Amino acid sequence: MSAMAVEFKEDYLQAYRLKSWLLTTDHKRIGLLYMATITFFFFVGGAAATIMRLELMTPKGDVLPSPDAYNRLFTMHGVVMIFFFLIPSIPAVLGNFLIPLMIGARDLAFPILNLLSWYVLMIGGSIAIGILIFGGVDTGWTFYTPFSTMFSNTMVVPAATAVFIAGFSSILTGLNFIVTVHTMRAPGMTWFRLPLFVWALYATSLIQVLGTPVLAIAVALVAVERLLHVGIFDPALGGDPILFQHLFWFYSHPAVYIMLLPSMGVVAEIVPCFSRRPIFGYKLIAFSSVAIAVLGFLVWGHHMFVSGQSMYAGMIFSFLSFMVAIPSAIKVFNWTATMYKGSVRLDTPMLYALGFIGLFTMGGLTGLMLASVAIDVHVHDTYFVVAHFHYIMVGGAVMGYLGGIHFWWPKMSGRMYSELLGKLSALTVFIGFNLTFFPQFVLGYLGMPRRYYEYPAEFQVLNVMSTAGASILAVGYVLPLAYLLFSLRRPPDAGPNPWRASGLEWQTDSPPPVHNFEEIPIVTRGPYQYSPEGAEAIDGNGDDASR
Amino acid sequence: METVTTHRASGPPAAPSDEPILEVQFDDLEQQHEASSVGMWVFLATEVMFFGGLIAAYAVYRAISPSEVALASQHLNVGLGCLNTVILLGSSLSMALAVRAAQLQSRRNLLWFLAITAALGACFLGVKAVEYYQEYREHLIPGWNFQIPAQVAAKSSSLPLDPRRFEMFFVLYFFMTGLHAFHLIVGIALVSVMALLTWRRWFSGSGETQIEVTGLYWHFVDVVWVFLYPLLYLIDVQS
Amino acid sequence: MSGHVVSVRTNITIFVALLILLFATVGAAYLPLESLHLPLALTIAAAKAVLIGLFFMHLYYRHHLTWIVSVASLLWLGILLALTLSDYLSRGWLDIPGK
Repeated sequence: MSAMAVEFKEDYLQAYRLKSWLLTTDHKRIGLLYMATITFFFFVGGAAATIMRLELMTPKGDVLPSPDAYNRLFTMHGVVMIFFFLIPSIPAVLGNFLIPLMIGARDLAFPILNLLSWYVLMIGGSIAIGILIFGGVDTGWTFYTPFSTMFSNTMVVPAATAVFIAGFSSILTGLNFIVTVHTMRAPGMTWFRLPLFVWALYATSLIQVLGTPVLAIAVALVAVERLLHVGIFDPALGGDPILFQHLFWFYSHPAVYIMLLPSMGVVAEIVPCFSRRPIFGYKLIAFSSVAIAVLGFLVWGHHMFVSGQSMYAGMIFSFLSFMVAIPSAIKVFNWTATMYKGSVRLDTPMLYALGFIGLFTMGGLTGLMLASVAIDVHVHDTYFVVAHFHYIMVGGAVMGYLGGIHFWWPKMSGRMYSELLGKLSALTVFIGFNLTFFPQFVLGYLGMPRRYYEYPAEFQVLNVMSTAGASILAVGYVLPLAYLLFSLRRPPDAGPNPWRASGLEWQTDSPPPVHNFEEIPIVTRGPYQYSPEGAEAIDGNGDDASR
Repeated sequence: METVTTHRASGPPAAPSDEPILEVQFDDLEQQHEASSVGMWVFLATEVMFFGGLIAAYAVYRAISPSEVALASQHLNVGLGCLNTVILLGSSLSMALAVRAAQLQSRRNLLWFLAITAALGACFLGVKAVEYYQEYREHLIPGWNFQIPAQVAAKSSSLPLDPRRFEMFFVLYFFMTGLHAFHLIVGIALVSVMALLTWRRWFSGSGETQIEVTGLYWHFVDVVWVFLYPLLYLIDVQS
Repeated sequence: MSGHVVSVRTNITIFVALLILLFATVGAAYLPLESLHLPLALTIAAAKAVLIGLFFMHLYYRHHLTWIVSVASLLWLGILLALTLSDYLSRGWLDIPGK
């Protein structure tokens, strides 16, 4: 036993050769592979957004050569950001890294499958980048038929292939998480002792496993109709184009919750830690995650109110969409109640989490406006919708992702980052984000349609504000990349538990050893053992609980 | 095996070769078996939704143009479809017996049943190929040689029939049965690999977990066909 | 660790039951049932699927988790079909073309 106890002092970052990364089956390393990949895609998608914002600074089209180039740009922005950044973001990076650590396991249930899913994403991503280089797609990320199948003369089939392949990466990740949470929990880790992050990821995995295949079949049908010219969706060939929208949104609406639920899980970890209070309403938050995942599958028709869908179906979908507000509001109230009478510390992760709560609330409430048929008919396909889903996806999902990265960076790398720069980046992102997207609410309500390359001069002031905000936002996103990478130059200094958090993942070393725990811990208590009196964790270093 | 025994507080003694290997992330064989089995079940849930998208398309077009769908399905060969169902049900029986043989560690029986399963799967594909060839002869393959059959064209001039929906049935038919055939090909490959590995005595233990999980997949492909057969072939056989 | 071993006898009984159901569904297709064809065919197919699931796939002998997974997948398929069809079947109700 002593020989291998020494072996276990080695942390998971110790082997440096390329092969040791490319063939790794360690969930922590695979998490980092994903992190590098999606960071790359984030900046690719961000570059597209930057050019779009520059184009929209003036009413006339002057930056890009043609409206067609603009179409390709917003399509690539959407495809890359959604399928190659947001959907893999928290699940594949933080979920991979944290789930085994949080439930007290040595790895995920299927480590090789886990590596395979990264390679699958890389294949899909390579196709996406190839499309970007060789001409692009102009259908929008939604691939609406019959434009995508019959009229677009861009690379629709390769794009459909890329999405199809990336979908399988997502399915395999979700499958791995579901099996791991079910079968690999440490002794004593009952369902109601699971951290809420794990609950959120579990709910997310349900969506990935049950929703993604429908998207795969929808884009496969698009490819078949386009290649063989047989009727499926094209009305000229006897098809019904709205059927595509049904199949597409059956996945793509729940996909919003793939992006959002994990962020909610991150916030549920950060808020108690930096308030020194046990989470308020643990079970309600846990069940609301599952409720959001289930209800999320019942509302897709609210994307189709003006598409020719039956009005009665529209009414049902509208009603069901309002239902999703209930579990979402439960979460917001519970996070807020957790902070009440807590000893709140505004460290970087907490700033991001607070930003998430505010921006998500904005995004969610405007979502309720859009869920009511009458308002949706008015603002459909305007910048109001664009602003709404960016409040959810960027203000929500990306804030949560960055908050999670800042919270667990000491665990992942063993290093602390500059707290000053961290706070600065959180504030910059928050301010830049609101300046970018709040004007878009106004623009949309005034009637500026989305996906246009030119616009009437009366909209210019708000568009310039938005572009100015985007440049601030860009600084806010580059800043963490710089100081987090810079922190790697120092020797590990974080210690096992710099935030004095009480989760299981903080009871092992930072960075964790190869198989996470020297001995599998026996869990005897819930995940949020905080008390505000003296702002002291009950046992920050976890000495009694795990040994 | 070293890594397994080293990090465990009370590791088991070095496993004899007829015991299945325990992967490092698991505590015991039962957990490992459980994870594999649940993993396959979750994958099958994914597969249900994968076929589900097609079934939804089928349901929509059958709901909005029932007469075209009924008319088109009369051009399928009910007898060959029935024969294929019998073949697949038989292959499922054989697969179930293979799983039993693996559980009982009876290597000879296991090899036999796996071989029978794969052979019946190949028979199914053969019959399916005959059907596809008949449909090719009747010019019923959309995107390749599709022509509205003469008697249907005659009917559609007198009845309100949409010939494009008639063709759509065959688009869905070929997509659904083609996807099913693809799954069956994967299944045959899996079963063959399992048979080969059993024959080469590659498995530690009797490969029980692997065979069982392969069996789950095989039965799922069978269940899909059990639904496809009445949905595609038996819509309107009387007229 | 090994699961329940299903006897040869049970396996063959199930197989025979499946064949009977198959011939029942083919036979039913030739009966003059009009609109009842589809529900009957789906019921028989569901019965066959249940038999295969319970005995060939060992659901009968396994604990609740696999039950939940298999039932959930069917439930989700039901959601997809029901809500999609709710659009198509209610389109003609309002006397406006396309709605």
